[in-house]
Amino acid sequence: MSADEPQALEQEALAAIEQAADERALDEVRVRYLGKKGALSVQMKGLGKLPPEERKARGQVLNALRQKLEQAIAERRAALQAEALQKQLAAERVDVTLPARPERQGRVHPVSHVWEEVVEIFADLGFSVAEGPHIETDWYNFEALNIPPSHPARQEHDTFYFHANEQGERKLLRTHTSPVQIHTMESQQPPIRIIAPGRTFRCDSDQTHTPMFHQVEALVIDRDITMGHLKWTLEEFCKAFFETDNVKMRFRASHFPFTEPSMEVDINCTWEGGQVKVGEGDDWLEILGSGMVHPNVLKAGGLNPDEWQGFAFGIGIDRLAMLKYGIPDLRAFFDTDIRWLKHYGFTALQIPTLSGGLSA
Amino acid sequence: MKFTLGWLKDFLDTDASIDDIVEALNRIGLEVEEVIDPASKLGNFITAKVLSAEKHPNADKLKVCMVDTGSGQPVQVVCGAPNARAGMVGVFAPPGTHVPGTGLDLKVAKVRGVESAGMLCSERELEISDDHDGIIDLPADTPIGQPAAAVLGLDDPVIEIAITPNRGDALGVYGIARDLAAAGLGTLKPIEVPTIEGSYDSPISVSIDFDETPPPCRHFIGRHFRGVKNGPAPLWMQHRLRAVGLRPISALVDITNYVMLSYNRPLHVFDAAKVQGDITVRSARSGEKLLALDGKEYELDDGMVVVADAKGPEALGGIIGGEESGCTEDTTEVFLEVAWFDPIRTAETGRKLNVMTDARYRFERTVDPAFLPAGAAIATQMILDICGGECSRLVQAGEEATPPKESRTFFLRADRVKTLGGLDVPLDEQNEILTTLGFDTTVSDKGIEAVAPSWRPDIKGEADLVEEIVRIIGLDEIPSTPLPRPHAVARPVLTDLQLKQVRARHALAARGMLEAATYAFLPKRHAELFGGGQKALELANPISTELSDMRPSLLPNLLAAAGRNAARGHGDVCLFEVGSVYHSDAPEGERIMAGGIRQGQTGPRHWDARPRGWDVFDAKADALAVLEAAGFSADSVQVDAEGAPEWYHPGRSAALKLGPKKVLGYFGELHPAVLKEMEVKGPVAAFEIFLDELPARRKKGTARPPLDAPELMPLRRDLAFVVDAQVPAQQIVQAARGAEKKLIADVRVFDVFDGEQAARQLGEGRKSVAIEITLQPRGKTLTDEEIAAVMEKIVAAVARATGAQLRS
Repeated sequence: MSADEPQALEQEALAAIEQAADERALDEVRVRYLGKKGALSVQMKGLGKLPPEERKARGQVLNALRQKLEQAIAERRAALQAEALQKQLAAERVDVTLPARPERQGRVHPVSHVWEEVVEIFADLGFSVAEGPHIETDWYNFEALNIPPSHPARQEHDTFYFHANEQGERKLLRTHTSPVQIHTMESQQPPIRIIAPGRTFRCDSDQTHTPMFHQVEALVIDRDITMGHLKWTLEEFCKAFFETDNVKMRFRASHFPFTEPSMEVDINCTWEGGQVKVGEGDDWLEILGSGMVHPNVLKAGGLNPDEWQGFAFGIGIDRLAMLKYGIPDLRAFFDTDIRWLKHYGFTALQIPTLSGGLSA
Repeated sequence: MKFTLGWLKDFLDTDASIDDIVEALNRIGLEVEEVIDPASKLGNFITAKVLSAEKHPNADKLKVCMVDTGSGQPVQVVCGAPNARAGMVGVFAPPGTHVPGTGLDLKVAKVRGVESAGMLCSERELEISDDHDGIIDLPADTPIGQPAAAVLGLDDPVIEIAITPNRGDALGVYGIARDLAAAGLGTLKPIEVPTIEGSYDSPISVSIDFDETPPPCRHFIGRHFRGVKNGPAPLWMQHRLRAVGLRPISALVDITNYVMLSYNRPLHVFDAAKVQGDITVRSARSGEKLLALDGKEYELDDGMVVVADAKGPEALGGIIGGEESGCTEDTTEVFLEVAWFDPIRTAETGRKLNVMTDARYRFERTVDPAFLPAGAAIATQMILDICGGECSRLVQAGEEATPPKESRTFFLRADRVKTLGGLDVPLDEQNEILTTLGFDTTVSDKGIEAVAPSWRPDIKGEADLVEEIVRIIGLDEIPSTPLPRPHAVARPVLTDLQLKQVRARHALAARGMLEAATYAFLPKRHAELFGGGQKALELANPISTELSDMRPSLLPNLLAAAGRNAARGHGDVCLFEVGSVYHSDAPEGERIMAGGIRQGQTGPRHWDARPRGWDVFDAKADALAVLEAAGFSADSVQVDAEGAPEWYHPGRSAALKLGPKKVLGYFGELHPAVLKEMEVKGPVAAFEIFLDELPARRKKGTARPPLDAPELMPLRRDLAFVVDAQVPAQQIVQAARGAEKKLIADVRVFDVFDGEQAARQLGEGRKSVAIEITLQPRGKTLTDEEIAAVMEKIVAAVARATGAQLRS
């Protein structure tokens, strides 16, 4: 039996396909047998010389052989490709325990975060956010708030002053956010519902005091606002802010020149290992001062005290942050130690919402 | 203000427990700061009798005592006190006791070979005085085995309260008792004022001599005493004074302090033998001096009130007495001063001289102007009782300073406690509270007409009367009332500028920067580096020279912080702050900014990503990110390469502008000289954006414009231009983009070839800029001819605008 015979050709071709080591070798095999001058093509051309009765049978055999070889080549090609891919993948193997490319993690300062929390709560209660300048006049910081020059409370304010200008006027850094009460009364008609968060300054620096700190003021003016509304607002705020319904509050009479009657507010807490926890236990912690706006303050703001009345309160934002997030040292807030910022700060996506939670 | 429970009970008839009293004090506005039980630290000490005291066999100065502690079995104690003797009753501390005066814990020990099981104590060891000359020697009939604290009168709890500036009347124990009585804690005992005529005319007369009306000393009552003996005050008085933190000095001085603390009635006693001539209360003359009882010499000024004799000032009125005329143990003649000094003047003088005393503290708040005669009588009685002698008739100058009744009369509407305080209180209950507090009231259907007592000058209107009622009943009783909800679902409240600040902050945090909150002030040298340091923004009374000026920029404090972190071993920091800077002391001079720095390297060393130094383009990206976050398209700003201020690198910085004048901010690398001054290692890329300068976002409803998404594929073509090295890339991009606005969707720079090599290849002062142009066909595909035509237009436009030639 010679290679001219289909069976011999088939065996020889199949063996060659099987032995092709790569796609190029496989291509050569394909050309050798199936190309224009390939062995099978030569035999096909030889069909014409055969008698008609043989021609048909042999033609069928050769066509079947062509199909078989084509399929074998396709299968071999797929196998070779799979093998090559396997090799490539093996070569591309890396040490996945190596660290990823570094990316910086930013942080939002706790004071900003608490600012956003406080705004979120009061926005829901219909309060807008008012502002005033940090460099103030004596009128807005003291006189209009019922603190005349001789008032003993002035001494407690440890005010930063600027040099007197040519008119003899001495500007100062606001010692509290209360001047915003007056600015607000001057710029909008009641009813008023605002909070005024911002920076405040006192000439004081020790373990628990920094010369700059943050307060949030609240002012509500309408015709029939009472201390009952003040209490409710404070209670709702504390529950929302500290994210617990267990907050107990104690209201104590006090004195501020700009409110009458005045009260200070304590919340319950525990001290464990030097760390305070709000909303638990039986110890009391003072957190804010408040009261009904003094008639003299309403007058200074251009409102008639027989017609309008309301409440005001002020809370330390830094202090709220310390209490809620267990931050021990006020001074560290303004020290910009990146370890502190990374530890106590919030990521860009931790945005306080009422739906998702304020501490986020 | 400190007082003891026993002292309070002298004035308040009550069975209330200390806990109830503390609770009530807090409620009514006399905030309790501390309650100290002095008996607790003396808990182990008991009274004991010395049965025998024999000389120690091995020491001359020691004695071996057998002590009966009341437990039956006598205890052997070695004692070194000279006064230890058989039969005396003293104070004994058993082993295990912590002795507060020595800080040691007692143990059974051998003293020179003899066992000692405890200690007989001196007053110093119990911390009740400095006396250590001998052991405590109690009366012989003192019961044995009793707690020493009780026997010594040291078991009276001390309460310390904070007094708000309006409540001078509560700076005396009697005033506190009055408040507690009103709060239902008991009955206020009336003050017993003795009637003492005096047996002779005072050899010293008094006058008040001021040009001003009313004078800063309105009323002065004086009295002379002779034949007095000024020894130590009685023990009960010493104990009370010591309990509230005062050191007993002598009977005369202690009496003045005792009356002051009891009735908020400061007094002064002069040694009358040292007073020359009569007493005049007058203004100090500039240059006069006073050596005061605190041992300091004060230089006096016009307007300060002095109590003077013929020699000169003997006391600063209402503040402090003089050393020269002060009472000593040898004093036999006394002149008592009971006066009323103006609060404001007292405060001014005290502040100017920087002297704080118990008297000043009281006069500058309030001292009852009607209580002078009573105060004089009470003090007189005590002096006579304790020091003996006789007293003169009173001498007086001026008159009672209590304001007229009309100016102390206020009307409290019947419903006002409810409409302001939110508390429903029957009118008769309101009246009872006011009456107990000393108000003189007349009740009608409409309300209460109330005359404020002379000791309550803080009562100035109806709101003050409301406060008296609600504080005495207790603010906890006020029912909470919900504020009406303006909208069922809350409306947004932030202003455009507030929202920009929030967005800028989150955008920068998302870009990997840490938000700082730095002080608004800084050292002058730092202010000056960043365009500040002017006089108007310098604090007159800074905490320190490091915090002397208002910050003109956010950058210096961030840089200083970067330096501090680097010094701690944490370099390569990215910090930002959103907040105020100050360009003048006017409200509009306060600018709202976002600013940040990136210092050092882009990251730590990494096996694959090589860190590089931060540069101007990092700063540019930050600046543009802030603008985008603030709702402002970066495409609409111009980059002015010459516009950044002097703290930036002149060749690597720019101003961001909207039109020729409106500066939105700056970005760039910081000037190396500035970094050197600030002692910060460069490079530092920084930006500053004036958030308050950005145009307000215009609200045109919530709908977006329709999306423009053409069906056809965009085409990209590259062009490289050779151009003068000074030509900004932005000019090429703008010219190319403007060449055929309908088709050109985008133009971006993808290669710049400049520097020395470019000069060699392209000619001196030349560079090459390559741009990629994106064409967006619409409706039909572009033919090759159409594309070629557009490219020609671009080349021509760029050449026209910049003189650029196509790179061959």
